[in-house]
Amino acid sequence: MIKVEQLTKYYGPRAAIRDLTFEVAKGEILGFLGPNGAGKTTTMRILTGYMPPSSGTAIVAGYDVFTQSLEARRHIGYLPENVPLYPEMEVASYLDFMARIRGVPRRKRRARVDYVMEITNLTHMRDRLIGKLSKGYRQRVGLAQALVADPEVLILDEPTIGLDPKQIIETRNLIRSLAGEHTVILSTHILPEVSATCQRVIIINDGEIAAIDTPENLTRRLRGAETLQLEVRGPRDEVAAHLRRLPKVLEVAVSNSSDGRHTYTVTCELGSDIREQVAAAVVQQGWGLLELRTVGLSLEEIFLRIVTEEPQGVAEA
Amino acid sequence: MSNIWAIAQRELQSYFVSPLAYIIGFFFLLASGLLFALILGLSSEATLRPLFGQLAVILLFIAPALTMRLLAEEQRTGTLELLLTAPVRDSELVLGKFLGVFLLLLALLAVTLVYPAILFLAGNPDRGPILSGYLGVILLGAAFLAVGLFASSLTQNQIIAYLLAFVLLLLLWLADGMGNFTGGRIGDLFRFLSVTRHFDEFPRGIIDTRHVVYFLSVIAAALFFTVLSVQARRWR
Repeated sequence: MIKVEQLTKYYGPRAAIRDLTFEVAKGEILGFLGPNGAGKTTTMRILTGYMPPSSGTAIVAGYDVFTQSLEARRHIGYLPENVPLYPEMEVASYLDFMARIRGVPRRKRRARVDYVMEITNLTHMRDRLIGKLSKGYRQRVGLAQALVADPEVLILDEPTIGLDPKQIIETRNLIRSLAGEHTVILSTHILPEVSATCQRVIIINDGEIAAIDTPENLTRRLRGAETLQLEVRGPRDEVAAHLRRLPKVLEVAVSNSSDGRHTYTVTCELGSDIREQVAAAVVQQGWGLLELRTVGLSLEEIFLRIVTEEPQGVAEA
Repeated sequence: MSNIWAIAQRELQSYFVSPLAYIIGFFFLLASGLLFALILGLSSEATLRPLFGQLAVILLFIAPALTMRLLAEEQRTGTLELLLTAPVRDSELVLGKFLGVFLLLLALLAVTLVYPAILFLAGNPDRGPILSGYLGVILLGAAFLAVGLFASSLTQNQIIAYLLAFVLLLLLWLADGMGNFTGGRIGDLFRFLSVTRHFDEFPRGIIDTRHVVYFLSVIAAALFFTVLSVQARRWR
């Protein structure tokens, strides 16, 4: 549905994005994750036909966003960052206007406007002036206008920014419910957002793609080695020695805790799942196995690792 | 075409909910009404000829005020981003904006029709110069609005848009005098660009195609440059 190849955009001599290449399948929700200034908004502005790239191509819904811009734009709904709206308009008439310029035929317009107000919980606000709405409602109006023409592709720049937790959950549910019918790209700098809503994540840093994967795979990939943590009641050194003798175990670290219970951190080879063997070994020795779990990095930690990692050579120096 | 109309309609609606349009309308009608009464009282002639000249001066001040927010405000608030990513051509956007403010001008001018109505009630004015005079004012007003729209496309700041439009219009307005001052070929060019020179014959009852073409050319050129200016915005 979306195919981006070697997309590059320069502002003057500075490259905002460099050689971005990725694809998004129909019905997929793709998360665009990166710190501020990483190039998320630039990428979205190119995809929506707001500005042309310096080089590279982007095909949306089968149309090149630069050479067939008008056709491509017909298939895209866009929620820009900061949600620009006309404060002097009422919610329903604003949505009607957006439906008109987005090419919704006259006889369908009313039904579409009513429908998008319903799914964004705006129906009771239909006659309010947009300028008098709270930030959360304005955000919903922005989302409603992106949806009003029932576009195949939705591009949402920071869709949950400025919302309260309840609204964030509602918005995420709404976005998730759009998958399948619509192809969605959303950008965020909030990490839990992508694992909550996205099927695939692109981590972008300094205008370049740092990683593309599912949220789960990213976690696994970056873990490098599998780590188990267990709490055992038993003689500390014996337990540690016994664990070290198990196959595939690379390292065992012990941290002290009270009354004969110790926490052991067991690092084992990548891709091995030896939880059962570890549990059996401990129990056969007659020690008390109080807890056993795998330790994974949260996406937050991955993100920090990816984008705060120093370039090679700098770290050693 | 439907996009142009949608944008024009929205523009008109937002004029009517903003105090600015009412303030400008109030000022326009107050000034033209006072001048009408004054001219009529002094001359006691059933003619609108002097009034049309005054309307042109009033429009010089008012047209930039009507157009200043058209594109500048959309850029400042970011709503332009949504218009430029909708399936709307840049030219449709510009024409829609122009049509919206032009219709507002027609509405304002429609109210001034009470002046000729008074003349017809009280006397027997010559119909021709009134009609041609209105045609002249409409053409001149439309040209001023087009120049104002262009100025509004260049900046995010409405005040700068107003001043820029006013200076551009003043140059066109004073071109006649500048032409007489410099003389020669350049003088001819200045005189050719002069708004007043092309406007003056309309209230006398003369519709010369050269003058009509002049105003249409100013409108077309200003709108063309506005489209270029909007397109250039994409490349920044």
